Amino acid sequence: MLGFLKQPVVVTAEINMNLVALTVMGLVNRLWALSYPRAVVFDEVYYGQFVSLYMKRIFFVDDSGPPFGHMLLAFGGYLGGFDGNFLWNRIGAEYSMNVPVWSLRLLPALTGALCVPLAYQILVELHFSHCAAFGAALLILFENSLITQSRLMLLESVLIFFILLAILSYLKFYNLQKCSPFTAGWWFWLLLTGVACSCAVGVKYMGLFTYMLLLAIAGGHSWHLIGDQTLSNVSVLCHLLARGLALVVVPVAMYLSFFYVHLTVLYRSGPHDQIMTSAFQASLEGGLARITQGQPLEVAYGSQITLRNVLGKPVPCWLHSHKNTYPIRYENGRGSSHQQQVTCYPFKDVNNWWIVKDPGMQQLVVSNPPRPVRHGHIVQLVHGITTRYLNTHDVAAPLSPHSQEISCYIDYNISMPAQNLWRVEIVNRESDTDVWKTILSEVRFVHVNTSAVLKLSGASLPEWGYRQLEIIGEKLSKGHHQSMLWNVEEHRYGKSQEQKEREVELHSPTQADISKNLSFMARFTELQWKILTLKNEDTEHKYSSSPLDWITMDTNIAYWFHPISGAQIHLIGNILTWASANVATLVYVCLFLWYLLRRRRKICDIPEDAWRLWVSAGGLCVGGWAVNYLPFFMMEKTLFLYHYLPALTFQILLIPVVLQHLTDHLCRSQLPKNMFSALMVAWFSSIYLVYRTFSPLTYGEPTLSAAELRSLRWKDSWDILIRKH
Amino acid sequence: MVQGERCILGKQLPVHLSFLFFSWDETHFGKMGSYYINRTFFFDVHPPLGKMLIGLAGYLSGYNGTFPFQKPGDRYGHHNYIGMRGFCAFLGSCLVPFAYLIVLELSKSLSAALLAASILIFDTGCITLSQYILLDPILMFFLMGAVLSMVKYNSCAVRPFSAPWWFWLSLTGVNLAGAIGVKFVGLFVVLLVGLNTVYDLWELLGDLSLSLVTLGKHLLARVFCLILLPLVLYTAQFAVHFAVLNKSGPGDGFFSSAFQSRLIGNNLHNVSVPEHLAYGSVITMKNLRMAGGYLHSHWHLYPEGVGARQQQVTAYLHKDLNNLWVIKKHDSNTDHLDPSCSVEFVRHGDVIRLEHKETSRNLHSHQHEAPMTRKHFQVTGYGINGTGDANDFWRIEVVGRKSGKRIKVLRSQIRLTHLATGCILGSSGKTLPKWGWEQVEVTCTPYVKETPNALWNVEDHINPKLPNISLDVLKPSFPEILLESHMVMIRGNSGLKPKENEVTSKPWHWPINYQGLRFSGVNETDYRVYLLGNPVVWWLNLVTIGLYLLMATCTIVAIKRGAQLTVEFKELSEVLLHSGGKIMLGWLLHYLPFFMMGRVLYFHHYFPAMLFSSMLTGITWDTLLKFCAGCLSCSMGKRVYTYGMLALMLLIVYSFYLFHPLSYGMVGPMASDPNSPMAGLRWLESWEF
Repeated sequence: MLGFLKQPVVVTAEINMNLVALTVMGLVNRLWALSYPRAVVFDEVYYGQFVSLYMKRIFFVDDSGPPFGHMLLAFGGYLGGFDGNFLWNRIGAEYSMNVPVWSLRLLPALTGALCVPLAYQILVELHFSHCAAFGAALLILFENSLITQSRLMLLESVLIFFILLAILSYLKFYNLQKCSPFTAGWWFWLLLTGVACSCAVGVKYMGLFTYMLLLAIAGGHSWHLIGDQTLSNVSVLCHLLARGLALVVVPVAMYLSFFYVHLTVLYRSGPHDQIMTSAFQASLEGGLARITQGQPLEVAYGSQITLRNVLGKPVPCWLHSHKNTYPIRYENGRGSSHQQQVTCYPFKDVNNWWIVKDPGMQQLVVSNPPRPVRHGHIVQLVHGITTRYLNTHDVAAPLSPHSQEISCYIDYNISMPAQNLWRVEIVNRESDTDVWKTILSEVRFVHVNTSAVLKLSGASLPEWGYRQLEIIGEKLSKGHHQSMLWNVEEHRYGKSQEQKEREVELHSPTQADISKNLSFMARFTELQWKILTLKNEDTEHKYSSSPLDWITMDTNIAYWFHPISGAQIHLIGNILTWASANVATLVYVCLFLWYLLRRRRKICDIPEDAWRLWVSAGGLCVGGWAVNYLPFFMMEKTLFLYHYLPALTFQILLIPVVLQHLTDHLCRSQLPKNMFSALMVAWFSSIYLVYRTFSPLTYGEPTLSAAELRSLRWKDSWDILIRKH
Repeated sequence: MVQGERCILGKQLPVHLSFLFFSWDETHFGKMGSYYINRTFFFDVHPPLGKMLIGLAGYLSGYNGTFPFQKPGDRYGHHNYIGMRGFCAFLGSCLVPFAYLIVLELSKSLSAALLAASILIFDTGCITLSQYILLDPILMFFLMGAVLSMVKYNSCAVRPFSAPWWFWLSLTGVNLAGAIGVKFVGLFVVLLVGLNTVYDLWELLGDLSLSLVTLGKHLLARVFCLILLPLVLYTAQFAVHFAVLNKSGPGDGFFSSAFQSRLIGNNLHNVSVPEHLAYGSVITMKNLRMAGGYLHSHWHLYPEGVGARQQQVTAYLHKDLNNLWVIKKHDSNTDHLDPSCSVEFVRHGDVIRLEHKETSRNLHSHQHEAPMTRKHFQVTGYGINGTGDANDFWRIEVVGRKSGKRIKVLRSQIRLTHLATGCILGSSGKTLPKWGWEQVEVTCTPYVKETPNALWNVEDHINPKLPNISLDVLKPSFPEILLESHMVMIRGNSGLKPKENEVTSKPWHWPINYQGLRFSGVNETDYRVYLLGNPVVWWLNLVTIGLYLLMATCTIVAIKRGAQLTVEFKELSEVLLHSGGKIMLGWLLHYLPFFMMGRVLYFHHYFPAMLFSSMLTGITWDTLLKFCAGCLSCSMGKRVYTYGMLALMLLIVYSFYLFHPLSYGMVGPMASDPNSPMAGLRWLESWEF
């Protein structure tokens, strides 16, 4: 019973002092004077506003990526007790006392520091010597650009951490695969791969590239597994299923959970509400929900409504009309109908109200009981304030001459009859007898006489139309576009028969009560779609660069500049490391092709297992570099030097791989080996020297004089700020 | 050649109905054919071969190039257009025998080849597309030609360096040159042939019985036939293009001043001006962006509320006296044209002042925001009779030049840097509102970037003290015009962006035949032609792609797991994986890249991929039926195979019978009207015939 007492309890711990030392060095080097400068540095101004919104639980949409990264930064703020009260408007602004700068920057710095031991571990798992692994870690440690990026409230270092973690756990998993599949450790590393991948994708979409690479590598390994005829069919199937679960299902679930947390935490309405559909807005606290709460659900004859265009581009707007008419002749000489203008107006206004009228009856109030409007019904739309009917006819629209003009009909007693019948088509209906619902239904208005469809053209009218947006009747309705869809946003049952009373009624706010809750999946799909399709207009930035500049580091980014002392922080790399990494890539590719061609002719220069090592290590590093770099050539968005950092990390890992291969296989005798080692020492010391030289620009202190700054300008294209005295 | 006759018959149908329409893009390519006949220069985003062939066909068939091709639906009247249409239709009908031969060569199965060919014969989309003056039939002809000759030379591999081997190899090169010469989409087939060749060479390299010398010969033969030969032919097309089009025409404005000097009728043709800029010279400056205007100013001021209320500076696309500027030294106002002064040349890096000749105001910039591009600085005309302030000083620099060098008219690309703010003079390309006479905005950009927006060249140059030299000396060399026309084409292509809120065709629409393209006729009374693939055929193709992937995966896994196959099945799987794989690769290469393109896309872009997908259908179904037959007993198997093939063929022919009005034209109510005879055929709501 107490047999375990007969033996002493022994705990044997094995600590790799290399790892410990590297972690400590990484922490020191990344965390040193972390809260300096106490001012907004570069993109902190961008991420900071989201942190503030998280603190205040206000909903936002950020098109730069999924929410996990912002959430992590906000978590730092939460730990530091940040209340979110800071105006993020200008780079270089001093932080007020309530901003916990240290804890906001802590998480990126920690992840940045942990990249150093991760690099060590990856090379060890790739079966390289501890010496090479140590070298790789040191290169990461002394890389100025990585230090700058991780010491600030930015997301790249978090991204790189998760990418390296995913690679490491996959390697651990793969090495366990040979001896002990389906053990606890095997499962742990396999699942961790999936989790790390989804975190990387959740921080920035760039993580997808590495995820794809890992999937491809895992696919290749599985293919070998299928070819392994010692395994039974069932066990092959189990292996494949386990991989599918961990590398596809788990990441997808994790990714959804990020959004779930995001949407649960942010429940208040805020500045980006307008981008979302009315239904989404109504699900947030405050904002539209306050107005739409308790509106009647079903639109009936006599309902007073505002109609919002579903597309929301170029700006969200509502169908609008006002007293002014179209000019008789446009500037280009074409004529118009001279009837009342109909536009789309991006602000809430009493002129956005319309009344749904039954063409067969005169009354403009809702009967009791209300008669709901259904799909396919014919209605007239009456403008609330001017009581004119929405009309279209065979007159060219002001800016889109191929389409029909939409107007509110004025009877000039000329041979142009009113054509004001519209068929209501509910696009997202479930059956053909669906009722037109507030907020939820997306409706197309088809003109009965000409089958033109009411559409937002996207152009804005000139001066005479007060720069409001043009509304047209699209005759050749090609497919279904969101610009032709409308939904009712504000809605009430009209009560007043007299025009005077009605005007008063239109001016008064809506009231009553029903809540419309969207399911999580519906909200997720909408938000995800908005993130992917939202486009920022301004594409020019002083420090933007093209991918070709990155490889040789022809460009840098000035992150911060102290207006008085002239201290500055730059994103600028260790040029020697960058150059060596490029050389290593070139050497790798040339040697690889050489070996490959020779092997095809059955000439083996290196032993089989060395070749396999060479392929797998190179495939990972060069592959990682390529997938994280080449896609940028096809992107049209504004690009910055920091987009290159993940690719650079992979390229740096390649340097020790190539170096060790050279010593092992090309230096045959002792003498060259010794010379090689001496060279290595010299090279490492110069890397350290370059790191020291540029560290004032990395850490922002000490402040350098103009002459010193000028001497740091090693390339003419570098933009180092030198003050004129 | 069945299809050929049918196409030509179909085309004559409108003649009998006396509706002499021409349709859709015919306005475009027909017009360009006319330009070749009239020898006027034009600009198009596609390389010239296709339009040159159309022009040639028109010329040979007696078309005189006078039809204006203004808007779709105009009548041809007495103009002789049959030659051009017949030429396209002939090339389009060649696709059928090509597909037949390719599939026959790849699968060695007559019925597979027949199936693939009949799909192309009876596809309404292919028929419609080949009936009109368009580039697509020409492109597809060269594309299929390239694939056919590639397949042929692969099967000659047992006798390398024999006459047929050389013949097919060089024919591949010729067809590749043709394919890229018609449209840049031809690059995809180049990629296909390239990948195939790399694979081929890799196999040869692994064959240890071949010596390195033989390998070298193989490599050289391919480099010569598949790289050098197409390049030479491609360049030759451009040489012909530039030789034929020697008159000034509507395309001039897209090109640089130096380029324009080649064209007869252009005002830059055969003029002579002083070669180097000197102080006191009167010049015009042209912006280097595509269709960039001349630096311009006039008496009108910027309106209230738009920056400082000073004189407007714009870019103007037409030649005008207000485009003239005088180069002066920044610190003195001496008249350099005074005969007592010696000529002083402007050099790279000099600080100058540009004085507007008509109004005597200086080119000026300051830190007010520009009217349209808010992030840039405003550029104005400032000062009275040449006296202004320090904001009138600009440093003149030539791109890629050392300091102290003189500045050449037309040739030098000039950058003007504002001395006080460090910004660069450029044209944003945005049109000013009415107060700016709808001319183009000129700004000073603080973002120091090498874009053509910020570069200028000197076009007119008047300086009586300098000797005039003929501009013929400055005429660009052939490689330069070749490069320039490519840059302009690429920029033009990437400029074809869809407008905001415009409904465009998406690549995922295409294989499911989601939406067609209206070729001619809109209303009920019009004679309407609608480009839409035969839905039965297209959906069969779509299903087949899934089926192929399934079959290929099963076969590959079975082989990898070490399944024992009979000889018969081994051959089948060889055809499926090898030949099918090549065709599948072709389909992928001609389809997937469209997902990454930002430009406006049309339904007809899918047709090259559709050709591959039809051939794949032939191979896959043949293999599947043979496989089924192999599993069953001998007589039963044969019956299954024959009936299966027959059923497929009948299905295709019957569906063609149903849908043939789409390509041969229909009159009467629209299909959305329930009374129309076509109403029952409107299977998808998005079809509009």
